Amino acid sequence: MTRYLIRRLLSALTVIAVVSLVTFLIFFALPSDPAVLACGKACTPDRIAAIHHSLGLDQNIFVQYGNYVWGFFHGRTFGDGGNAVHCPAPCLGISFHDDSNVWDTIWGRFPADLSLALGAALVFLVVGVALGLTAAVRKGKLVDKVAVGFALFGISLPIYFSALILQFFVVDKWQWLPAPGYTNITDDPVAWFQGLILPWTALVIGSMAYYTRLTRSTSLEVMGEDYIRTARAKGLGRRTVILKHTLRSAITPIVTIFGMDFGTLIGGSAIITETAFGIPGIGQLAVQSVQDVDLPVIMATSLFAATAVVLANVVVDVLYGIIDPRVRYA
Amino acid sequence: MAIELSPQPVGVNPPSSFLEVRDLRVHFPTEDGLVKSVDGVSFSLEKGQTLGIVGESGSGKSVTSLSLLGLHKGTRAKVSGEVWLDGEELVGMSEAQMRALRGQKVSMIFQDPLSALHPFFSVGAQIAEAYRVHHKASKKEANERAVEMLKRVGIPQPERRAKDYPHQFSGGMRQRAMIAMSLVCDPELLIADEPTTALDVTVQAQILDLIRDLQEEFGSAVIIITHDLGVVAEISDDILVMYGGRRIEYGSVHDVLKSPEHPYTWGLLQSMPHLGGDVNERLNPIQGAPPSLINLPSGCAFNPRCSFKDQVPDGRCTVDRPELLPVLGSDKHIAACHLTGDAKAGIRSATARGTK
Repeated sequence: MTRYLIRRLLSALTVIAVVSLVTFLIFFALPSDPAVLACGKACTPDRIAAIHHSLGLDQNIFVQYGNYVWGFFHGRTFGDGGNAVHCPAPCLGISFHDDSNVWDTIWGRFPADLSLALGAALVFLVVGVALGLTAAVRKGKLVDKVAVGFALFGISLPIYFSALILQFFVVDKWQWLPAPGYTNITDDPVAWFQGLILPWTALVIGSMAYYTRLTRSTSLEVMGEDYIRTARAKGLGRRTVILKHTLRSAITPIVTIFGMDFGTLIGGSAIITETAFGIPGIGQLAVQSVQDVDLPVIMATSLFAATAVVLANVVVDVLYGIIDPRVRYA
Repeated sequence: MAIELSPQPVGVNPPSSFLEVRDLRVHFPTEDGLVKSVDGVSFSLEKGQTLGIVGESGSGKSVTSLSLLGLHKGTRAKVSGEVWLDGEELVGMSEAQMRALRGQKVSMIFQDPLSALHPFFSVGAQIAEAYRVHHKASKKEANERAVEMLKRVGIPQPERRAKDYPHQFSGGMRQRAMIAMSLVCDPELLIADEPTTALDVTVQAQILDLIRDLQEEFGSAVIIITHDLGVVAEISDDILVMYGGRRIEYGSVHDVLKSPEHPYTWGLLQSMPHLGGDVNERLNPIQGAPPSLINLPSGCAFNPRCSFKDQVPDGRCTVDRPELLPVLGSDKHIAACHLTGDAKAGIRSATARGTK
């Protein structure tokens, strides 16, 4: 298991390295030039060249990439003379846009990002699986139809729409909650929770449906297995048969999907929810950086997303080994 | 023989036999029609005795056995008739009452133990679980009991093997583990559904020996379901031949195998290779396929595949369903065939000449 884990981590690192290189190369293939954007309307070629030089964009692209990687591990200093900025390791560069340290920007946004992703993911996993299992057990009954109908409704509803509806009724009309937003949990846990209820709800409505449907179909499949009949033939109660024997097998594909979902969610795929409710997450940062042609931030958000997805998959693999003994010994 | 013709009024008097099945019917409503998987089956069994239920796939053997465990409760299946086990009637029992009996008083060895054991739980844990359902025992006691059972069914190094998972066992070992699991609560009725089908021949013999030894030790009644007459001949006292969800022949193993009365039973016997037979001799399989359980052929359900229906006058085989009638000169041997005793004797001697 340890060797397997090490192998998985090594291949994860490779993936992250490749993502960083590809992102870098793609940036330079883009037609837009950050210097033009920074320079404004009254711009001269000399001025652009100067900006290029100050951003380090006049060097060979591979030298630039090499500096970037070096900087990550050893830190580096940008600019020269009086306005030199030191960026300590792990250095992800200095934003072209506002000269801020990108590493600090990412970590500054991480708590909001994680709060949103973790809260929503836990709810849509637990509730989605519970609904799916209930639907499977009562196949064809009213509960099943309601659960499946609700799932379909949730999938069809775009998040920006459900976000608006939620905001309109819960905050503006009925005033059950204060306006959503992000407060640090360490500053005020209650405000943190209240501010995230609506963003979580919007994400849950959109994602839970997949879990309900997946759980329902895999559970039904598992319930037809011989070993479930064996479990009943032993005299086990319905509850044990469903919660222990059925769920244990049905959870495997759900864990896979959840790993992917959670990884991309951390990596910034909750962008619509972040924007709709003004949560300062990674997704918003990523979109903003592309608009600003801000290479260091683009690199950082891409790497962050890649790392989140790759790590989530490593965790999924480990969980697989715990759930399914056949994987453990393979 | 009212048994075959109409459902009897529900009797309230428990029978004297340990297990008595009366006019059992298991019907499944489907979109294509009513599937009559089991349609009026009766038999009885004493403790320490073994009944072999024989028939092709789809003849209702397995469905019959599942209904003895009450596993059709809570499904769409319609079960009627009576199953008396040790003075208790099972068909009318509630799911909760039935659950208390499952695994405890009646237990089952399923075919294909690779799919019948849960792949994610260790073998020992699955056996211990079966024990703890019916006994107030700590996890440790149950685990010890599981190891003891594994040892009893002949698994070497049972302490270590109990921690292994089903996929780490060989086919024969898995079936032993399955047997250990079904015997962990000392059941009084053990149903073995094709217990040796997935195994190779040497292991088959070991498993049959094991079931027989354990039966002697526990004094249980055993029902063995199979399509292999060799297995039945080796282990059973009585034999029930099913076709299309109904009984067509029933009697002691000696009577049925020595002097089978139904052309279907002849066919089953002739489809088996003889060890001492000529290598070039062709087997004589039964032609055609098992009937649809939604629309059984009229008359005798076997008539489309029967080579002897011409010997019955007036085409009765396609019109009248033959009743189960006692065979002359034997106490409980019954068979459902229109052929007269003389006709059968003629056919039997002709076949005997033909094979010599």
